[in-house]
Amino acid sequence: MTDKQPQGAFAHRDLLGIEGLSVSDITHLLDAADTYVEHNRQVDKKTSALRGRTQINLFFESSTRTQSSFELAGKRLGADVMNMSVAASAVNKGETLLDTAATLNAMNPDLLVVRHGDSGAVALLAQKVSCAVLNAGDGAHEHPTQALLDALTIRRRLGKLEGLRVAICGDISHSRVARSNLLLLNRMGASVRLIGPQTLLPAGAEQLGARVFTDMREGLAGCDIVMMLRIQNERMEGALIPSVREYYHLYGLDREKLSFAKPGALVMHPGPMNRGVEIDSAVADDGEISLIRDQVEMGVAVRMAVLEALAANLPNAAEGSR
Amino acid sequence: MTGLTRAFTNARLIDPSQKLDELGTLLIVDGQIGAIGKSVDLPADCETFDCQGKTIMPGLIDMQVFTGEPGEEHRETLATASQAAAAGGVTAMVTMPNTNPVIDDAALVDFITRRARDTAIVRVHPMAALTKGCLGAHMTEFGLLREAGAVAFTDGDRAVMNALTMRRALSYAANFDALIVQHAMDQDLQSAGVMHEGELATRLGLAGIPAAAETTMIDRDLRLVELTGGRYHISQISSAESVATIRAAKKRGVSVSCGVSATHLMLNQNDVENYRSFAKLSPPLRDEEDRLALILGVADGTIDVVVSGHNPQDAEAKRQPFAQAAYGTVGVETLLAGLLTLHHANELDLATLLACVTQRPAELLGLDGGRLAVGDAADFAIVDLGEPWIVDADALRSKSQNAAIDRRKVQGRVYATYVNGEAVFTLA
Repeated sequence: MTDKQPQGAFAHRDLLGIEGLSVSDITHLLDAADTYVEHNRQVDKKTSALRGRTQINLFFESSTRTQSSFELAGKRLGADVMNMSVAASAVNKGETLLDTAATLNAMNPDLLVVRHGDSGAVALLAQKVSCAVLNAGDGAHEHPTQALLDALTIRRRLGKLEGLRVAICGDISHSRVARSNLLLLNRMGASVRLIGPQTLLPAGAEQLGARVFTDMREGLAGCDIVMMLRIQNERMEGALIPSVREYYHLYGLDREKLSFAKPGALVMHPGPMNRGVEIDSAVADDGEISLIRDQVEMGVAVRMAVLEALAANLPNAAEGSR
Repeated sequence: MTGLTRAFTNARLIDPSQKLDELGTLLIVDGQIGAIGKSVDLPADCETFDCQGKTIMPGLIDMQVFTGEPGEEHRETLATASQAAAAGGVTAMVTMPNTNPVIDDAALVDFITRRARDTAIVRVHPMAALTKGCLGAHMTEFGLLREAGAVAFTDGDRAVMNALTMRRALSYAANFDALIVQHAMDQDLQSAGVMHEGELATRLGLAGIPAAAETTMIDRDLRLVELTGGRYHISQISSAESVATIRAAKKRGVSVSCGVSATHLMLNQNDVENYRSFAKLSPPLRDEEDRLALILGVADGTIDVVVSGHNPQDAEAKRQPFAQAAYGTVGVETLLAGLLTLHHANELDLATLLACVTQRPAELLGLDGGRLAVGDAADFAIVDLGEPWIVDADALRSKSQNAAIDRRKVQGRVYATYVNGEAVFTLA
């Protein structure tokens, strides 16, 4: 596409990742999301910011929470929202990815929210469509709205991001959430620690700007925030870690391990949780320290802010399509 | 001699096998080299071409070319590959057996040879499968395949994973002094890996292939070579550790040789940034440090040959999410330009580079050619060593346009290519 780069407060055509966003881009989105948090607590949650716009949620990987969060966000902004779930098994690999892109493009959507199991797939698709594309998770690459909602959750609770020490624990290797959070937190001046067994830590993680720990207690020392990641079943049973019980013993977040973090440290999880695998229920359900429910609420607000920011860069119908 | 005689005068004659690099004349008599040197007596009835100072070098022998024939002719046929080869100064292609069907039977070697005779404009030397179906289990009939014309044995882009199979193949091949060619990639260690393991792969969220996937396979095979006395060649190496391993093995006197692709000498893993699947190769492009080690390996002779690894893939197979995209790049047409570009960048000297695509592959495979010796078939290229141009994948002659070095500036232009003294390519 040879379109002019959009100008304005959020000068991006698509949101493909946190990489490429500046401090002011991120701050802009978080500020906008902040206002939507209050808005979403009113009785009348509907606005007309996206009135007339069509939003398609294209999910090549099933996801209940992210898809419904995007759906709700679009609907509250007044967009027409369509959900398309393309079961991974039915897709003949990426061959239909570009076919699907071409088909959808012909329907003239304004906003395309895409989740795909392959890293880079959303960016590839974005090259082939003329609407704004929002990455809702691509392989082990990025999940930018998750990082934004996590940042909003932290900022609302602690008032800032800068100077905080954040631990991300678990399956870092396969986690797009970890990558996006690492990028965002680093950019906003927080320091990030990655904690997990060597088999779940990616090569060269230190070069991405994080301190890496295999001992959870050591890694948690002095942390303001502890982000737990979901461990996928297929990673267990001897492939990358020997067993659930050993994983829980070494890396499951319980009160004892949490006591090594800063007093009053807060706990986060992108969901869905495996209780008794990566997190103990006593920690997850403790409203004093767990931000897990806040995260879900912030998710809708952040997605509204992102949808609105991208829609603001869409050409008006009078100017023709891009 | 009553046949046609042609003299190519005023040429810079380069032949690494004779340590030749001088201005002079190449005389072709009946499709063979009749004389070469500073002062050549020209027969009376001789046609004369003034090369105007351009270089004449032996036609290149590309030791690793995948085509789609038989079975996937939409990717490449022997005919189209040979046209690309001719345009790149390559006069002999060594074709890989992992076609459909796999070239694992003497009749199929014969098929390739006959198809090449009828359709290809350069020489084609087929490698045959090392195991039936390239499945890694049962040895093929090395004796019969050799008699049919197979120049070496390989499972193409698939590693022989079973150590016992490899041991037996090396042992049995030693009977015939046949060359066993391995794609050194431990598939278990590769697992889901699609690019060099490291910071960039982590950032892109792509599974990495550690250099150890290559070196552990080489280490294992070298032990088996020492055990069996077979002749062993690694089609392409990609890492600094592999260069060191092979350098040490050669010092010990192990019968090992190896190749590298011109693309791996020119590019590094940064070329896959932004999920650029056209630079997705097997073995993968690695760090700049690895690239520099490969250059040193070529310079000191640790690496014997440079290949294109020509692997045509249609756009649909490449325009995929990176992990799903096909491996490979076309390269037979740009092999020489790539090497000359390295020469002009002062990375490697000309004679060393040219030996890696002429004399050395000929010696490894026992082929006549790769040199400009009197009595040899007149397979040569006329080249402007310094002429700059920009690679345009769409303008390449291959049926597929998946060029990893698309849009790159290169230096060195082939003006004409001759096989048996006949022009098979002339620059328009």
